[in-house]
Amino acid sequence: MSQSFVDLTAIAYMVSAVLFILSLRGLSSPESSRQGNMFGMIGMTIAVVTTILNPEIVSYDWIIGAIIIGGGIGFIIARKIAMTDMPQLVAAFHSLVGLAAVFVAGSAFLNPGAFGITDAMGTMFMASKIEMALGIAIGAITFSGSVIAFLKLQGTMSGAPIMLPARHVINAAIGAAIIAGIALFAADQNVEFGGLNVFWIVTLLAFIIGFLLIIPIGGADMPVVVSMLNSYSGWAAAGIGFTLQNTALIVTGALVGSSGAILSYIMCKAMNRGFISVILGGFGSDSGAPSGPMGAETRPVKQGSADDAAFIMKNAGKVIIVPGYGMAVAQAQHALKEMGDMLKEAGVDVAYAIHPVAGRMPGHMNVLLAEANVSYDEVFELEDINSEFAGADVAFVIGANDVTNPAAKTDPQSPIFGMPILDVEKAGTVLFIKRSMSSGYAGVDNELFFRDNTMMLFADAKKMVEDVIKALH
Amino acid sequence: MHDLIASPFIQQFSIFILAIFVGYYVVWSVTPALHTPLMSVTNAISSVIIVGALIAAGPEGASLSKILGAIAIGLAAVNIFGGFAVTARMLAMYKKKK
Repeated sequence: MSQSFVDLTAIAYMVSAVLFILSLRGLSSPESSRQGNMFGMIGMTIAVVTTILNPEIVSYDWIIGAIIIGGGIGFIIARKIAMTDMPQLVAAFHSLVGLAAVFVAGSAFLNPGAFGITDAMGTMFMASKIEMALGIAIGAITFSGSVIAFLKLQGTMSGAPIMLPARHVINAAIGAAIIAGIALFAADQNVEFGGLNVFWIVTLLAFIIGFLLIIPIGGADMPVVVSMLNSYSGWAAAGIGFTLQNTALIVTGALVGSSGAILSYIMCKAMNRGFISVILGGFGSDSGAPSGPMGAETRPVKQGSADDAAFIMKNAGKVIIVPGYGMAVAQAQHALKEMGDMLKEAGVDVAYAIHPVAGRMPGHMNVLLAEANVSYDEVFELEDINSEFAGADVAFVIGANDVTNPAAKTDPQSPIFGMPILDVEKAGTVLFIKRSMSSGYAGVDNELFFRDNTMMLFADAKKMVEDVIKALH
Repeated sequence: MHDLIASPFIQQFSIFILAIFVGYYVVWSVTPALHTPLMSVTNAISSVIIVGALIAAGPEGASLSKILGAIAIGLAAVNIFGGFAVTARMLAMYKKKK
């Protein structure tokens, strides 16, 4: 390879790194976002083509075959997936990045010469060994952690936290063993235990710890988990990037790593919980089994029908709709949009209020509302709309619970105390759709149910909204 | 002194640290409404790890290393095509009412 070829290659990778930065920058507004996605695709094309032009790549059939098969599968999944299943899909995609990192690092370990990471004697450079081992370990954690997150989000596995006894001790021991293994491997690439190279032992332990880390985390903490795994997939890519000395990969890994870390931070802040406490797990479970109206509590609540709700909203000046995970479960977004349109035709001002942790991943509610064709300038974030509840006649809460609980402001004993909430109780009337009186994810009763200005609508979210639509006709 | 330049690792590490800062500021400017597309697009771009897989699958003949590389290409390709396509599908839905 000539010097000018190497330089050109490096420039091409830099260009694709810049395009990746621009693709994230595009997401600062919906108008520029589509162009941003295009930049991302161009950047990826440049990176792949540049690599394939490398003279050391001489055999193309496997490459082309793998791209066609993988690309075809990816494309079909992307076309078919329901928007409500987006959290699972993202978790599944994270697991693939993790596994790809594992395979690339494994391949580099088996054939370091091809990656140019050996000296004349065929011994791997120390720095390369550390980067490779870190890359494979983080990749393996990303993979097994994402698989568990996927199974929990998909509902294949219970969303309830699974608590192993002494799990912190076990995790700490495995973590220490991984670090020790990486150190041993860095010192000597041929260290073996029971005939197995320490490199593979590190990989195996990393798979196990990824699994153990996510198992004790409950369903509604998934926004943090999904963001965290997003971050890990970035760090794994960066680790491999160092091994390959590839700028595009290092920059992308850093971008994705910090992106996921920021999202985790935003999610934790929106729940007023420390990142560590979420990761240690064991908080809450999926919203309890429906116990039928008036389950545990004996205090009276005001119960209404779809006709009542329709009457109240039709005569309101301003209605703020507060969607939550329950809306996603019931797939009620399309019906909700139709209801909103009918209210607007009746001269009612309609807006949507989104809490940062509503749903199972960051931005989950926004995507569902966008799918239902709700104009994004009617959808507001917590800090932008919270002051408007006082001036609203109706807050229409559909499938949300903890994020509206005034106890977060008033009760220092409550597990959700300090969490920023949507001030729905300040609206003239609160219409609260719920299947039953069961408490929310955090396991706390919502004081709101018993207020004079609250009317409970006990039904499946979609069914209730459809009934309201009928009543509005 | 003029003949000595920082080792390649330190140069790459500098790029890495600077990129973290770029990521930090760029991601804070992402509107919360687009946090789901942000995750799917970061997913797609982190699959640029495919460049490592291509190098692994590139040599002549067949070896375990090459097989692992080819599998990694397939996995990364699922993510690249799937990630960009699903992001495009989502972003197409964010519309402002005329």
